[in-house]
Amino acid sequence: MSRPVDPSDHDDAVDGATDGTAGPARPVLDVRDLHVHYGARRRRRPALRGVSLSVAPGETVGIIGETGSGKSTLARAALGLVRASAGSVLVDGEDVTSYGTRRWRALRRRGVIQYVFQDPLRSLDPDLSIGTSLAEPLLIGGAGREEAAARVREFLPRVRLDEDLLDRLPGELSGGQRQRVAVARALVTGPRLVILDEPVSALDSANRVQVLEILKDLRADGVALVFISHDLGSVAGVADRVAVLYRGELVEAGATREVITAPRHPYTRLLVGSAPTLRGAPADRAAREALRALLHT
Amino acid sequence: MSTLSQKPLAERRAPQRPAPARPVAPALSVRDVRISDRTAGREIVRGVSFTLAPGRTVGIVGESGSGKTLTCRAALGILPPHFEITGGSVEIEGRDIGGLTPAEWTALRGATISAVFQDPASYLNPSIPVGRQVAEVVRIKKGAGRREARRQALELLRAVHLRDPELVYSQYVFELSGGMLQRVLIAAAVAADPHILIADEATTALDVTVQAEILDLLADLRERTDLALVVVSHDLAVVAQLCDEVLVMRRGEVVEQGPTEEVLHRPRHAYTRLLIAEHEQYGLERFRTAEEDA
Repeated sequence: MSRPVDPSDHDDAVDGATDGTAGPARPVLDVRDLHVHYGARRRRRPALRGVSLSVAPGETVGIIGETGSGKSTLARAALGLVRASAGSVLVDGEDVTSYGTRRWRALRRRGVIQYVFQDPLRSLDPDLSIGTSLAEPLLIGGAGREEAAARVREFLPRVRLDEDLLDRLPGELSGGQRQRVAVARALVTGPRLVILDEPVSALDSANRVQVLEILKDLRADGVALVFISHDLGSVAGVADRVAVLYRGELVEAGATREVITAPRHPYTRLLVGSAPTLRGAPADRAAREALRALLHT
Repeated sequence: MSTLSQKPLAERRAPQRPAPARPVAPALSVRDVRISDRTAGREIVRGVSFTLAPGRTVGIVGESGSGKTLTCRAALGILPPHFEITGGSVEIEGRDIGGLTPAEWTALRGATISAVFQDPASYLNPSIPVGRQVAEVVRIKKGAGRREARRQALELLRAVHLRDPELVYSQYVFELSGGMLQRVLIAAAVAADPHILIADEATTALDVTVQAEILDLLADLRERTDLALVVVSHDLAVVAQLCDEVLVMRRGEVVEQGPTEEVLHRPRHAYTRLLIAEHEQYGLERFRTAEEDA
C-alpha cells in the first residue's frame, strides 16, 4: 500500500511526542489532555478526563477498558463523532478538535482515517453486495469504477476472502467473514490510521484469531492501528503499546510486555490478575480482593 | 468414565481433601446421556458421562452448538420443546430423573439443583425490585414468612458480595450493571441451599474483572457450602481455573475428558490442542511463560 508522507503537507509543529513514546515520526493520531462530557447542567458527567495519547505511523496501540471506562468515547472523539469539552485531537498533524460535520466528512472522505466497529452488520449496508460495499470508499475517494474493482480484487486475499463473495449480501456471510469485509472496507483506501472498537469481541475464537492475524499483517504496511477492547488478551497479541483506561482516565501506558508483566496501577494489576489463563497461577483471590477494596475507596 | 482429579493446579480449584472413609454419594451423575431433536430425528448430544461429588467442580467447554447447554438443560429437566433424552441416565443425588413428575421437578429445582445462565437481566422481572424477587424464592422454597424472607434475601445479597445490600434490594433491573445482576441471580439460585449449581456461560457477557469476581464468588460458595458446581464455558481458561475435571465437547460429542491438569498439559484431541494453542498465541500466557523463563 502506498503511503506518501510529504512533510510540507501540514505546517503544524512536530511536538506530538510529549509522552516520549511516539518516536521521531509525526504522530498520526495525537490526543492531548482530552476531556469529553455527556449530559447537560446537573446531569453533566465526564466521560474522558484529561486523556493524552499519541500514535506513530505503523504503530499498533491497544486501549484496554471495561464498561464505562470511556474507551468508545475516545474512539468516537478521534473520529469526530463527539465533541471535546477541552483538549485537542490531531489527525495526521491536522488539528481537528473544532472541525464541524462538513470538514470531518471531507477528512473521512480522503480516507486518511478509517474505523471498524464491533458489529459488522451495522457497518455494512444490508442491501449492497460485498463488492459494491468494498468499492464505495474508493469511488468516493475519486477512483474510477474499473480501478476500484481491480483494487478490491487485489485486496481480498489480504483479508482471507474469496472473490466469489463479492456478489453476496452481508446477510449471506458468516460473522467472521462479515468482520473481515468490514476490515477490508476500512483498509482498501490505504488509510494512515484505523480505529478499531472491539473488532473481535463478537467473534468466536477461530474467527478472532483470523482477524488478529490480518491486523498483525497490516502493521507491515505502515498503517497505524488503534485497537480498543475490553479484552487484554486479544490486544496483547497485536499491540506494540497498551494504554489502560479506567473511569475516563488513562491510568497506565507502556510497552505491552511491561504493562502485562509489571503492572503498576491497582486497576491494571486487577485486570491482569483477573484474566483467565491456562497456566501459571493467576493472582490469588485474596490479592484480587485487596485490589478491589483499594479501587473502591 | 474418569474420576475427578486429585491435584489442584490453580488456587481457585477445589482444595485437596483427604479421601473420605467411605465414598461420598455423587451429587450428580450423568451416564452416557444422549439427546435427540424429535422433529429433525437427529441425535444432537451423543453420550456424555461424568460424576460430580459435593464440593467438586466439573467443567464443560465447547463452541456454540457443541451440546454443552443441552446437556445441562437435560440435567435440570428443562430441555426445549422437541428435545428429549433418548439414551443413558441422569441421577441427582442417587435419584434417576427419568420418572420425575412435574411436581417432583419443581420440588427438586432450587432446593437440590439450581442454575444461572448468560443473560441475567432476562431471568428477572423488570417491574419488581430485585431483592423482592430473591425474597420470593425464599418464601416459596423455604416456606419463610415475609419478614424472614426479606432478612434472608438481604443476607444472600451480602453473601454474593453486593456492596450495599439494602440499596440493591429495592433497585430494579435497569438500575444495576450486568455483574450486579448476575450476583442477584446467583443469590436467587442459591436461596434454597441447593447442593448442585450449574453455571452455563454465567460470566461470558461480563468484563474480565467482573468475571473474576463471579468466579471467585462461585469458588467461595463451593468452599462454604460444599456446593457441587458444573461450569459451562466456551473459554477453556475459565473452566480450567475452577474445575477439577474437564469435558471438551464438539458437535455433540465429548472429544476429551479428564482431570484438568492432564487435559491442559497432555491434551490428546486435536480440538483441545487448538483451544490451548489459541490461548497461548493470543492470551496472556505467552507473557507469563516468558516471565517464568526469565
